[in-house]
Amino acid sequence: MGFDIRLPIGMMFSVFGVLVGAYGAATQDSEMYVRHSLGINVNLWWGLVMLIFGGGMLLLVRRGAVATRASDKTDKTLRSPIVK
Amino acid sequence: MRPHPHWIDYSVIGIYFTFVLGIGFVLKKYMKTSADFFLSGRSIPAWITGLAFLSANLGAQEVIGMGASGAKYGIMTSHFYWVGAIPAMIFVGLFMMPFYYGSRARSVPEYLKLRFDEKTRGLNAISFAVMTVFSSGVSMYAMGKLLQLLLGWNFNAAIIVSALIVLAYTFLGGLTSAIYNEVLQFFLIVIGFIPLTFLGLKDVGGWEGLKARIGNDAMVHSWKYLGSPSANPMGVEWFSMLMGLGFVLSFGYWCTDFLVVQRAMAADSMTSARRTPLIAAFPKMLFPFLVILPGMIAGVVSAATMSGHTSGGVPAKAESEVVSQSAPGGGISLEGGKGIIPPKVDESGKPLVKDGQVVLDYDLATPMMLVRYFPSGLLGLGLCALMASFMSGMAGNTTAFNSVWTYDIYQGYINKTASDQHYLWMGRAATVFGLAVSVAAAYVARQFNNIMDVLQLVFAFVNAPLFATFLLGMFWKRATGHGAFCGLLGGTAAAAVHHGITLPIGSVPGVKGGFLGVVVHQYPSEMAQNFWTAIFAWTTCFTITILVSLLTTPRPDGELKGLVYALTDRPKDVDLAWYQKPAVLAVVVLTVLVVLNWIFW
Repeated sequence: MGFDIRLPIGMMFSVFGVLVGAYGAATQDSEMYVRHSLGINVNLWWGLVMLIFGGGMLLLVRRGAVATRASDKTDKTLRSPIVK
Repeated sequence: MRPHPHWIDYSVIGIYFTFVLGIGFVLKKYMKTSADFFLSGRSIPAWITGLAFLSANLGAQEVIGMGASGAKYGIMTSHFYWVGAIPAMIFVGLFMMPFYYGSRARSVPEYLKLRFDEKTRGLNAISFAVMTVFSSGVSMYAMGKLLQLLLGWNFNAAIIVSALIVLAYTFLGGLTSAIYNEVLQFFLIVIGFIPLTFLGLKDVGGWEGLKARIGNDAMVHSWKYLGSPSANPMGVEWFSMLMGLGFVLSFGYWCTDFLVVQRAMAADSMTSARRTPLIAAFPKMLFPFLVILPGMIAGVVSAATMSGHTSGGVPAKAESEVVSQSAPGGGISLEGGKGIIPPKVDESGKPLVKDGQVVLDYDLATPMMLVRYFPSGLLGLGLCALMASFMSGMAGNTTAFNSVWTYDIYQGYINKTASDQHYLWMGRAATVFGLAVSVAAAYVARQFNNIMDVLQLVFAFVNAPLFATFLLGMFWKRATGHGAFCGLLGGTAAAAVHHGITLPIGSVPGVKGGFLGVVVHQYPSEMAQNFWTAIFAWTTCFTITILVSLLTTPRPDGELKGLVYALTDRPKDVDLAWYQKPAVLAVVVLTVLVVLNWIFW
């Protein structure tokens, strides 16, 4: 029903990825990484991971919208045209 | 130790709330009928309902509570997942969904009406409605308290703002909005907690390092020490663990609680509905690593210092420097605590002591881990995940409440023949007053510090017998409405009586038990007492239901078609790829489960 839920998921994590990743890049030499995350710049790394995840979700949305939906042959009395 | 969120953390949180509300706004225009609002028009694909099924259950009890239990009991806590959830989820998917979905019941109480009679439905609807609203309130209270303690945020503001946000998106977009947000929250929680577990494990030297630091073998094995209550920190033995937790409590929750079942009912087909709990089972099996391990780690690491990172242990001087730096300004003092778990403090800030030992505030284990290992940036993400877990619980309770109120209580007893648009309106109204009552309950919880224990108790009293009722209802066509009703009442009474005449060792009579004046038996721990209460409640309900059913007339077979196993066609899964069939999924889940249990034996 409604819109493809992977859209907001993809968008939100892409935004997070860019925001947190850029912050990580900007604070590369901060002592907070030494104090908290064992010297690892988690903002940068995890920001990257989130961006990849978000981007992946958006790709799935794009693919779903393009491909024709093969209908399930299961019981679907009240089906709405939802993108899978 | 008080963390100071920076603008980046607030931005992350703000962006999250924007998406949460945005989803609600976009979905508003699709809410045309009451079926859309309460059941998403039964149109949601299995992977979404599966993740929502899991996420609706994933309230603060999971994220905070499991961390606390991990710190207290060790890896045995995994039993709440591997014994206490997965088997029940498999069962409900394979064997009970055909009746829930196939009967076209719009709620769990409505199934009871179709299968049994009005009074059984009424009993279930009313008790569920009350409990779910209070549960939401207790969630709000716990969140407000945590945010106040951890970050110094205003308690009232936290409650009101979170209630308004949940209100906005459930009011506008109904169940679909709640489901979509639950999926978002699921990913947020997973993505928020993976780095925490990773960093924590790295700091202690992996699982082996963690085992060495904990030093207590019983905390790192899940089955080995279940021979006797005195051998393990939880104070239980394998029988009550399996029967009490593994069977009664877990099946009682996962198979009958409308909050989770509702998500499966929103699925787009019978097969999707059956696959929903099975799909949910996969991530559920892996959650112990995300929520229990951080709790276990919290007890054996030390606080961050200004002078270099602390993998081996912090020199005592540096640690007290941090504590005294923060104490004057407020924040949490770790003095007297264990690892980074602070002690519980009284109003003046002094640690509470019981039987000569400092009482630890285990609920702070996971939040302290977030504060310890996450720099600003990721901290915002972690706080988001924490708030998401609270809010998904609240939204789940709200949507379950507004459905049960509108369909079972309002349409059932007050106004049976109004138009669909009227019921839709009522559903929205119920969302508002349900949340209002929850907010009130949050303030009540603040007054009585026992309220969480009381709520847990009430849940156990009501849920434990319920599973017996459903089991008999779905698989024994001879079960009658009178039997079900008496069984439920009897089971709940048995639970209350059992709790009233037993007491865990070291507790005083009151909420913990023994309130009926006589203490007939003392249990080695609260958990043991809970499990046995559940066992007695279930057995009583089961027995009474059978006896009374045999003494009363059953309904004719024709009326029970589709509601009882013997009178329903077996679902056929022919049109699915082999890996999509529910039975295959179940086998895979069970195999992984056995492997996990074996690894952590």
